[in-house]
Amino acid sequence: MSNAVAERTTVRTYKNYSRPWWQRAFLTREMAIVAAVIAVYIVAAIMVPNFAAPITLTYLMLDIAAILLIALPMTMIIITGEIDLSVASVVGLSSVAFGTLYQAGWPIPLAMLAALVAGAIAGFINGFLVTVVGLPSLAVTIGTLALFRGLAVGILGTTAVTGFPDTWTDLATSKIPGTPIPSVMVLFVVLAIIFALVLHATPFGRGVFAIGQSSEAARFSGVRVERTKLMLFVASGTIAALAGIYYTLRYGSARGDNATGLELSVIAAVLLGGVSIFGGRGALHGVIAGVFLIGILASALRLANVTSDVINIITGTLLVISVISPSLLAWARSARARQRGRRESAGGTPAVTAANQASPDAPASATQEKEAQ
Amino acid sequence: MTSSRTLRKGSLAALALSAALVVTGCSSDSDTESSSTAGGSEGGSDANLAITFLPKNLGNAYFDTSDAGGEEAIEEFGGTYAEVGPAEAAPDAQVSYINTLTQQGVGGIAVSANDPEAICDALNEARDNGVKVVTFDSDTNTDCRDIFINQATSEGIAQVQVDMIAEQIGDEGQIAILSATANATNQNAWIELMEGMLAEDHPNIELVDVVYGDDDDQTSFDKTAALLQTYPDLKGIVSPTTVGIAAAARYLSTSEYKGEVAITGLGTPNQMRSYIEDGTSEAFALWNPGDLGYLAAYANKALIEGTITGAEGDTFDAGKLGEYTVDADGVVLLGDPYVFDADNIGDFDF
Repeated sequence: MSNAVAERTTVRTYKNYSRPWWQRAFLTREMAIVAAVIAVYIVAAIMVPNFAAPITLTYLMLDIAAILLIALPMTMIIITGEIDLSVASVVGLSSVAFGTLYQAGWPIPLAMLAALVAGAIAGFINGFLVTVVGLPSLAVTIGTLALFRGLAVGILGTTAVTGFPDTWTDLATSKIPGTPIPSVMVLFVVLAIIFALVLHATPFGRGVFAIGQSSEAARFSGVRVERTKLMLFVASGTIAALAGIYYTLRYGSARGDNATGLELSVIAAVLLGGVSIFGGRGALHGVIAGVFLIGILASALRLANVTSDVINIITGTLLVISVISPSLLAWARSARARQRGRRESAGGTPAVTAANQASPDAPASATQEKEAQ
Repeated sequence: MTSSRTLRKGSLAALALSAALVVTGCSSDSDTESSSTAGGSEGGSDANLAITFLPKNLGNAYFDTSDAGGEEAIEEFGGTYAEVGPAEAAPDAQVSYINTLTQQGVGGIAVSANDPEAICDALNEARDNGVKVVTFDSDTNTDCRDIFINQATSEGIAQVQVDMIAEQIGDEGQIAILSATANATNQNAWIELMEGMLAEDHPNIELVDVVYGDDDDQTSFDKTAALLQTYPDLKGIVSPTTVGIAAAARYLSTSEYKGEVAITGLGTPNQMRSYIEDGTSEAFALWNPGDLGYLAAYANKALIEGTITGAEGDTFDAGKLGEYTVDADGVVLLGDPYVFDADNIGDFDF
């Protein structure tokens, strides 16, 4: 687990030597989400009529493909402690750019390329404002959320570009022959492997975690903080544009209001997948499991005739639980530590125990302080 | 320490999720049972009369009314009614619901499309699996559905507004039109038709001006005030937009012109109720969304039972509404717009 590297040295030393490798790999927050996905899938397959049919998986993956794609760069951005709220607007912008250029007679591959470039530029604008101008990403991307959506709707108005060639729209919804898995998942798996390697197995990825822990410390350790963030925002814009092309072809309709509100689904899944909103912590397999968890739940609940409001309540509750659970656990841990500290102080070595107990608590209390602000 | 805690957390989460699913799964089990028994026991026929309404979004009073009309019809002929839909009227949001209905094997879907193209593939997949598709209120491309229930034609809307204003001002005097935006396609088509009808059938009515309130409440309010000052002899205002008619009625109701200058057009009962009750407006028109849903349900039933295919000239029975004929492109016209006045406005809530 390379994210362990980013944790405090004392914790890492303890972990590496006190537990065998399989415990370190499987007894993690991420694996808890993976286990939840499997549990929910099995329960739903037994309880909900029609859920076990293979076609459920096809529809499910077609529905979450855009979220999965955008979640990859979003994970890295949130690990650095930043956020990109403009992704759904970039999806809309890329959809409109792609549709308008196709309508203007451009060949499809060229229109796709132009849409990707538009997304990269949108990401660069975000990254420039955050890193060079030094504005908080929350404020910047709320602004560009409105700006990019406004551009998208402004270009096409309330009309839509339709009539894309069947070969392309069929490709977006086609399945890998002999399986219920949509072809778009191939694209996702390739990108997921690349992002996982970059995040968990390169100096760049370690820099991402270091920035999230403390960007000052990272800078002094030689991490090029600004350049890293800028690259991540450009990646986020480009992948969002890619999702926009998929979105357009899947629905056969390029519209300015495509994917409105998608950014919240993406961020919800990333947080559910165990990435800390305060930065410095997270892993891609947890995020992918988080997206699947929300998708499978929504799909099963829809099949069980649960209304969209109730589905929102359930996913919302899950999200709140997943965000507060680290704080609750930290509180429980420190409470237990205090208790033991009292017991041992009765034994007569209060100073040493207190010092020993303080260090594992430090990350937890830091989190709590941040929340209090 | 950490391991046992993580384990416990994981199992707790899984347990909670499973519990949520068990609860909802159970309720769904009973639902499907009741629907299958209801579907199977009806009239000795094996037609699957489970019809689901899929509005643009839930919690919208207009679609609550239309879907209630559908429910009434489905209860009459003994089918199974259900309503599902997204919380937001996003272009793609209906697709996953259509896919779900296809998997559940419902008999028919009655849908008001958020986007004419985006839900096409999903609807055609449903039709390939034997589901009958009726659109109402907002159509899809014609090759994605069996029948579209059209609420009104442009001629019908223009005619009812001309008739109402002529009656309210005694077929004589100056009138003005308060429209939406200057380039609003629907409104401009209606206004053109109304001008022709006025010139032909009502020579004593003079249309002095067409002003545009931009479908904005305050702008429409101000334009109404300006109209009344510019044309002191004005006898009536026609506003073929729900925003305009409500703003104009609000201005008139508090002015000296209340009861002197007629206001009519297209409005919704909830917006216009107080102005009908205080006598500012005698009557206004729209279609009846309840009838729209009712007709969509009966059209769906006829498709499911195979008595019609959606071809031009097919006729089917629609309960209390009588018999309907399918026009070209699989369109069924609900009928003339519905006129709301002091006598019937209490029956409507949308």
